[in-house]
Amino acid sequence: MSTALEAASDGWVVTKRNLLKIKRVPDLVIFSTIQPIMFVLLFAYVFGGAIATPGINYREFLIPGIFVQTVAFGAGITAIGLADDLQKGIVDRFRSLPMSRGAVLFGRTSSDLINNVFTVIVMSVTGVIVGWRINEGFLRGVAGFAILFLFAYAMSWISAVIGLSVKSVEVAQSAGFIWMFPLTFLSNAFVPTSSLPSALRPIAEWNPISSVVLALRELWGNAPAGAANGTGFPAQHPIWLAIGWCLLILVIFVPLSISRYRRAASR
Amino acid sequence: MANAIIAEQLGKTYGSVTAVVGLDLVVPEGTVLGLLGPNGAGKTTTVRMLTTLITPTSGRCEVGGIDVCAHPDKVRRIIGVSGQYAAVDDYLTGQENLEMVGRLYHLGKRRARQRAKELLEQFELTDAADRPAKTYSGGMRRRLDLAGALVVQPPVIFLDEPTTGLDPRSRLGMWGVISDLVKAGSTLLLTTQYLEEADRLCDDIVVIDHGRAIAQGTAAELKGQMGGEKLAVAVGDRSELVPAADVLRSVGVDEPEIDEQAREVTVHIERGTAALVEAVRKLDAAEITPTNLEIRKPTLDDVFLTLTGQPAEEQPGGTQ
Ligand SMILES: Nc1ncnc2c1ncn2[C@@H]1O[C@H](COP(=O)(O)OP(=O)(O)O)[C@@H](O)[C@H]1O
Ligand SMILES: [Mg+2]
Repeated sequence: MSTALEAASDGWVVTKRNLLKIKRVPDLVIFSTIQPIMFVLLFAYVFGGAIATPGINYREFLIPGIFVQTVAFGAGITAIGLADDLQKGIVDRFRSLPMSRGAVLFGRTSSDLINNVFTVIVMSVTGVIVGWRINEGFLRGVAGFAILFLFAYAMSWISAVIGLSVKSVEVAQSAGFIWMFPLTFLSNAFVPTSSLPSALRPIAEWNPISSVVLALRELWGNAPAGAANGTGFPAQHPIWLAIGWCLLILVIFVPLSISRYRRAASR
Repeated sequence: MANAIIAEQLGKTYGSVTAVVGLDLVVPEGTVLGLLGPNGAGKTTTVRMLTTLITPTSGRCEVGGIDVCAHPDKVRRIIGVSGQYAAVDDYLTGQENLEMVGRLYHLGKRRARQRAKELLEQFELTDAADRPAKTYSGGMRRRLDLAGALVVQPPVIFLDEPTTGLDPRSRLGMWGVISDLVKAGSTLLLTTQYLEEADRLCDDIVVIDHGRAIAQGTAAELKGQMGGEKLAVAVGDRSELVPAADVLRSVGVDEPEIDEQAREVTVHIERGTAALVEAVRKLDAAEITPTNLEIRKPTLDDVFLTLTGQPAEEQPGGTQ
């Protein structure tokens, strides 16, 4: 077998192993399903009437925001999974095998991506039930999901660095998520940036989360009219900016995680 | 005969903590080396250096003729490792755990499945093959972990405290498994805190303390250094201590020691049970009825007492 094939096979073996755990602990699946449904319902019905989104129903506006927030938190699982493997010595076992270096990380981020895809399917169904629609046709619909999953995957790699740095499940449980609150709330995910205090507006507009959310809204026809989308470059080129952010995250965090992995394991 | 494992002046420091220093090891092919030492002596650190898991801060090591630091990938192909804490995946079944390891050695799907079955059979885990490892007892986990180290029948095997924490029955089972490996011709490096275990399994023993080798030899040689086995006689009344000592003097090989407090006399002996029988006979003739009579085998504590003048104790950090 060539090295590339071996690496892919190793990654797949680790992915399958991680997915088996999800199957064996169904509570995980149940909660990762209930949470997004709850979010969709809470935001749609509690805030639905209070937030002005000119030209578009708030629920349609909201769903891409909830999607992005949920996959970001879903990516936080990567930190916990890796910290767990380090803590339990499984990584030592892996590292004493002649397997490819990145397999543990690619396997982990892949299984977490699959988990996120599942969550998005559940949320999409819930979204359709509460009135969300993709208004711009099949291809743009698919493109939107592609960007959403690219973003989810990129976030997993940030999460991987955190998991490898903290090395304990307990710490990963908070450190893996805490930074996501300001990140997702200082964005256009739940409210139009135009309604934010003016000091925060530029931050929110340049926030990668906002770019991804806006890209989805544009592709799916869920965007409000005019200034509610924000202003300037991020508002004009959300799709390319979203892709750019994701690639930038990957370019930085994939090599960083791999080098962290080597060091974390060879303390 | 070639050497399967060589360490030269191997050392590892963590900040101000010296975990291992100036360690030399030579393990000829097909033999078993025991690394004997108390908690914190540096056993795990040594195993982790030899198995590519950590990089030494000084010295060098070779496994199967391959320089470990220069070609860790090549070394990983020829070693099997079972770490101090069983690294099995709780959520996978025994079969799945071993199949995964087989796949990661690039055995191919069918071969990996087949090999997992064989190993489960060999380690008497077939009945539990389809249960998640979470439900296994300590001894079963340990065996599963060891099986994971043997998937590709590696020529060099490292076992870090393979029996620590096991109940006596599981320990015996593990000894059986290890003896079989040795018979099959593998080279083994195992660590332990028990002299008895090293005696039972190892051709050669290196005693380490504070990261340094403080003695080396076969179990017999080490015991010889300590004067070997002791015969201990406890008596009901203090007045019997001196007559008992007189008896033991004629049976043992050195001057008997009297412990007034414990009402006990001990002496080093060479001929084991023969000395015991002789002592019984002579004690009887002297009309002394012991409350206890036993042969004491030297323990790690005795080794340490002899070598360092201090009992083996947990060492919080080998700062030197
Ligand atoms: N990662 C580490 N960081 C700091 N000190 C360590 C580390 N690993 C081991 N040590 C120290 O090195 C010494 C030897 O440890 P170890 O090799 O685990 O001993 P053993 O396996 O014989 O019980 C101990 O004093 C331990 O505290
Ligand atoms: Mg240890």
